[in-house]
Amino acid sequence: MTDADRHHAIATGAPPTRPARLVDDFTPALVDVGAHHLCPGCGEPIAVRALMEVIEDLALERKTIAVFGIGCYTAFSNNLDVEVLQALHGRAPSVATGVKRALPDTVAVTVQGDGDMVSEGLQEVLHAAARGESITCVMLNNGVFGETGGHMTATTVLGQRTKTSLEGRDPVAHGRPILLADLVARLDGAAYVARCAVNSAGNVARTKKILRRALETQTAGAGFSLVEILTMCPTGWFIETQDAPSYLDDNLGAVHTGGVLKDLRVGKGPPP
Amino acid sequence: MNGGGRGPESVLVRGTVVIDVDACKGCELCIDACPPGVLVMTGHDVNARGYRYPLLVAGCTACRACSQICPDFVFQVYKFDDPVELPVAPVAPGMGT
Amino acid sequence: MTGAAPVVPDPPPAQSPAGAPRRFLMGSAAIAEAMIGAGCRFFAGYPMTPFTEVLEHMARRLPAVGGVCMNAESELEAVGMAWGAAATGTPAATGSTGQGLSLMQESLAEITMARLPLVVLNMARGQGDYWQATRGGGHGDYRHIVLAPGDVAEAVELVRTAFDLAAAWRNPVLVFGDYYLAHTARSVSIGPEATGRAPRPAWALTGASGGSGHAKLLSFLGSAKQRDNVGYDLSTHYADCAEHTARMLGGVTPRAEHGFTDDAEVVVVAFGTPGGYVRAAVRSLRQEGVAVGWVRPVTLVPFPSAVIADAAHGTRAVAVYENNTGQMVDDVRLAVLGAAPVEFIGGLSMDPSGFGIAPDLDVGVLRRRILDVVERHR
Repeated sequence: MTDADRHHAIATGAPPTRPARLVDDFTPALVDVGAHHLCPGCGEPIAVRALMEVIEDLALERKTIAVFGIGCYTAFSNNLDVEVLQALHGRAPSVATGVKRALPDTVAVTVQGDGDMVSEGLQEVLHAAARGESITCVMLNNGVFGETGGHMTATTVLGQRTKTSLEGRDPVAHGRPILLADLVARLDGAAYVARCAVNSAGNVARTKKILRRALETQTAGAGFSLVEILTMCPTGWFIETQDAPSYLDDNLGAVHTGGVLKDLRVGKGPPP
Repeated sequence: MNGGGRGPESVLVRGTVVIDVDACKGCELCIDACPPGVLVMTGHDVNARGYRYPLLVAGCTACRACSQICPDFVFQVYKFDDPVELPVAPVAPGMGT
Repeated sequence: MTGAAPVVPDPPPAQSPAGAPRRFLMGSAAIAEAMIGAGCRFFAGYPMTPFTEVLEHMARRLPAVGGVCMNAESELEAVGMAWGAAATGTPAATGSTGQGLSLMQESLAEITMARLPLVVLNMARGQGDYWQATRGGGHGDYRHIVLAPGDVAEAVELVRTAFDLAAAWRNPVLVFGDYYLAHTARSVSIGPEATGRAPRPAWALTGASGGSGHAKLLSFLGSAKQRDNVGYDLSTHYADCAEHTARMLGGVTPRAEHGFTDDAEVVVVAFGTPGGYVRAAVRSLRQEGVAVGWVRPVTLVPFPSAVIADAAHGTRAVAVYENNTGQMVDDVRLAVLGAAPVEFIGGLSMDPSGFGIAPDLDVGVLRRRILDVVERHR
């Protein structure tokens, strides 16, 4: 609206005086942060919030140890109200394995980006999945190394322009993307593998259901779970923030397709 | 709620939001995410950080799409105990620009 | 993942007249038993000669005492797993030989910056990993305590010391072994076995502080929680780590063994297995009236500079023997600080396997080299 029409706007500076209940707070209880310094329109805070809300809903906050990789999302490693162990780029799955093997009653969750998990750390996540480690690996996939300024990773899709694929990723010069969730789903040790996104409210809700199912896989002792969450990175994609949700669908999401790729517990428990 | 035709004069409002204006970084994800389309970005007004930010018009359903999609934790969402009829904001040219 | 083989009970320990039960064990097995006796309940490794048998022995024994042994798919994953276990307050260890430790360096540097206890075993091939161990082969400014056993019995003692020091200082401790240590059998007393679990330190992660408003954080970027995402205060964290390192290096007593140094004209310095050979060569020369002495550093970090400086006082020369092209000799020179000339009488000596058997490690060879130094400094 033009500023002249502002008088039609409803006052939103204070809670309502009408009888009402709070149905969603600024941040969930497990997220301590006020303002963060990630880019406008970044999908990672949306994904981290979703994960924390699921941990809260499942009442797992007193058992969770989150193992963080290195990327923009590392901004959250020191202001969550769950225990956090900081790992190196790509190396969260082995660290989470050590945590879980030493303390089997904890809920070990990794938070990693695509550059972290699929470029630097591909070996770690594949081996953890093959071993069927009772951990949940969460990948925030935006198809770029965001923290270093927007460079090609192993998940960058063909045609995607990045600072190291300036004309667009080319199969001859740069090879082809790895579809990590599909790769992991083929490993016998993986029990639950799903891919989702946070580019719409509906997708956020779907992501939370998938995260819930993954954590339940772990707490039921049913084995390794992987949740790949496609997130927006308008900065790394060189686009406007408002265009990022559809860019995600049209580019990243067209290759790294959403859905539950594997669920060994189908039929063995209540539906998600 | 687009176009110049006459729409309904009042709308059932089920809830409202509190907007932390200075937390907003102007990404506009909430605008598209809101199913009844009752969030509109300011035109020239900016917050303390220099970003435009959303305003709420009548029609909120307390669906929490805005709070769930917002990367900057701008929204609190309240659901009224009882829905209330409110007059619809007239749509003017340039609204939302 | 290991542990599938059935646990084979060891023969009961032989009783020695002195009372402490002794067992005739290969060095690798003795080191593994010492780790278990010290309370180690998590071990991760990757097979590589001459470290492999330690991993085998831990795989066989750890599950029987309620511990976990992981055969990781790479050295990187081995040190990562040990990192995770250490963060939970579980006494943890890993190891390899020099090349495998090269792979682990980034993690070892950051485990140190995260202030975590960890025992790291280098069953080295030769002694060329001295710089890797004492300077820290990883990036950044950090130090590990480094212990260098001279034989199997001392290894058993130093392994236990390593776990104590690691826990006390919240810092990795490296135990520097070699092929000979791994594959020499000796009658040793392992000592008491830790019963039950050590109390979990207050900083350890268990999940339980989640949701309290003060959930714990263990990070090599600094473990102070921040509100409103002001980021990590790296400058303060690195200053804290530097202060901790200085306190640790000042607080651990350097150790060395020495003999015949009071009236020596030439003192010979050697660490690890060669230390025993040098001692034998010196004794043999003393029986012929040659005034030589020996010093064997046991802690490489902190380096026993005072013992060496003291031994060098009044000598005509200090000789350094090590199975490399000259690494510890630098630290000896610094310790001697010009009081006497320092000569390197070591050198790379490898048999065709490259696993660390040194053809030059021979009392006759050492006698000749030491005598040569004596002659040239009459």
